[in-house]
Amino acid sequence: MIAPESAAIAVPESAQPPLLEVRDLKVHFPFVRGHLFGRQRGVVRAVDGVSLQLAEGETLGLVGESGCGKSTLARGILRLVRPTAGEVWFAGRRIDNVSRAEMRQVRSGLQMIFQDPFASLNPRMTVGRIVAEPMEVGGLYNREHRRLEVMRLLELVGLNPRFLNRYPHEFSGGQRQRIGIARALAVNPRVILCDEPVSALDVSIQAQIVNLLQDLQQQLGLSYIFIAHDLSVVRHIADRVGVMYLGRLVEVADSRELYEQPRHPYTRALLESVPIPDPVRERQRSHHLLGGEVPSPDREYPGCQFADRCPRREEKCDRESPGLEGESHAVACWYPLEENATHDGSTHDEAGGRRE
Amino acid sequence: MNRTTGNRTKGEHELERYAALWEEARAIRGTSLGRDAWRRLRRQRAAMASLVALCVVTVLALITPLLPLQPPRRVDSDRIFMPPTFSRPAALDLDKLDADFGRKDLDLVSRALLDARLALFGGWSLPSICGTDELGRDLFSRLFWGARVSLAVGVVATLVSLVIGVSYGATAGYLGGRIDNFMMRLVDILYSVPFICVVILLVSILSEDSIRTWLESWHIDRITIFYLVVGAIYWLTMSRVVRGQIISLKNEQFVEAARTIGASQRRIIFFHLVPNVLSVVIVYLTLTIPSVMLFEAFLSFLGLGVQAPDVSWGLLVNQGFNVITPIKIYWWLVVFPGLALALTLYALNFLGDGLRDALDPRLKNR
Repeated sequence: MIAPESAAIAVPESAQPPLLEVRDLKVHFPFVRGHLFGRQRGVVRAVDGVSLQLAEGETLGLVGESGCGKSTLARGILRLVRPTAGEVWFAGRRIDNVSRAEMRQVRSGLQMIFQDPFASLNPRMTVGRIVAEPMEVGGLYNREHRRLEVMRLLELVGLNPRFLNRYPHEFSGGQRQRIGIARALAVNPRVILCDEPVSALDVSIQAQIVNLLQDLQQQLGLSYIFIAHDLSVVRHIADRVGVMYLGRLVEVADSRELYEQPRHPYTRALLESVPIPDPVRERQRSHHLLGGEVPSPDREYPGCQFADRCPRREEKCDRESPGLEGESHAVACWYPLEENATHDGSTHDEAGGRRE
Repeated sequence: MNRTTGNRTKGEHELERYAALWEEARAIRGTSLGRDAWRRLRRQRAAMASLVALCVVTVLALITPLLPLQPPRRVDSDRIFMPPTFSRPAALDLDKLDADFGRKDLDLVSRALLDARLALFGGWSLPSICGTDELGRDLFSRLFWGARVSLAVGVVATLVSLVIGVSYGATAGYLGGRIDNFMMRLVDILYSVPFICVVILLVSILSEDSIRTWLESWHIDRITIFYLVVGAIYWLTMSRVVRGQIISLKNEQFVEAARTIGASQRRIIFFHLVPNVLSVVIVYLTLTIPSVMLFEAFLSFLGLGVQAPDVSWGLLVNQGFNVITPIKIYWWLVVFPGLALALTLYALNFLGDGLRDALDPRLKNR
């Protein structure tokens, strides 16, 4: 068989703990503003204490507005940026503090697909070399075998292996994203972090790529963390969904439950911002619009970060920061929406969102 | 048992199929960005004419020993300051041939070419169509031999500056932060040093007899030193150009992707970043070569560069300039070497401009 035996780190099969676990991860970017005199120091809290778990074969969706730290979270997990605090466990092993050489080994189990298929492929390398590179770096196989492997991978992602001597600029956006997927698969990873893999593509192509990802998941038993700001795509692919706001997870639940019964006011507002392609229903549904802007992530908040914009704000929200509570449906809110209230059913605080 | 055999045959079948596909894939060549640029370059007449001219000059310079030219070092008191002429020169004096051609200074290939020339043309040689100098040496021949030195200085010194500048700039740009700051301030400091003084200092130190004999024991001659000195000065701008490019590239996603697969820093710099700055570097190179050549001519003119009995274009102009007196101007001694230099520099500049247009990334999305 050409399919290679897994080079990933050996893990006892019986072990049931999550494949990937993030504990209270923080990624802060320090900055210095101004000149030599009157210098201002501060930190941007891009990711500020996120904990999540990913089981074998599961897809965890991450949604949130631009700038809420989704991508930084993924990059922190992969150590493309250095986490400020917190732990990352992969396959029963802590990986946020291992050496560079060990990290290289870990990366064969943990890969990433990037957002922009036009920027994520080196324009000077042929497709064959791009896909072969992870194997070269990881020292997998000999030359001959790598060559076959490249062709197998290209075929696996639905590309014609005949074109492996072509350059990325000769392919379309969707094809390039497939190349990016083939590259990620080259080292037989168990987890793939998809950083908005479809948001730069046409809608028709998006569906193809999402379906490809799902097929690959079934064939290869992959786990995904799927980052997107397109809620419907996430709903389609994810088993569980986490909602991020300002560097924190505010709600995590099974995909269906989250979409049908959001408990965090922010999640509800986010879901209601998705337009329904039916003008009649669109007019009928209720809107809990949020006022104001996402506050700057370089401030520290004593209370709930969302309080400023929250229609359900109480005094307690300004004093204490809520933690992510709950087993299957976790929510970080002092006054979450009721379990059985559908998101266009709750009646009070209609005017709340207008608060400046 | 059955299943394994079944699997194996299936695997072998796959192998065969992929082997066939590989053959097909080899036939399909992608258009690399370089090829694309070449296509655009071919449409530019001035640049292509310059390229052809430069190729011709380079080839002629390389095969100079093979050409039926008069010996560049043959002194002839009967033919001093002869204006351009078509009259037949004296036949080669076979006894003094080695001295006339400076044979002991030549490398093996040139010696072989010289032997081939003697076998081909015997004692026959071209007339002094560019006149002769104050020692009766044939200027036409000396132009060809001078081209060898001038071009070699231009190319080799530029390559030296390329290697230093690209590695230095790429390292500074990639590492960034304090290291970058330190490295680039060093460049700033070096920039502020008037480098003609440095060259004068270096050349005179290295020309010291004891040092020179020591260097010659290592087979390092004056011209080699000259290459290194000039290259070591011209890398400054190159490093700045490369650093700027690297900084803009290192935040590209494909670099992040390379880090994701665990590529080492060296691999990222030399496999991912440097190939992407090459287009800019090539353009800058074609513009550096002429300035290095000009610098060589300038130093030779001052008597600091190439020294007799070697010749270069700059040295020829210098010699022609020195024999100009209020009474008599031997125009050919200045005009011909000057023309050769000027035309080559023009061609290099045109080519550089053409390349810049052809490689301009704004015309093509990457």
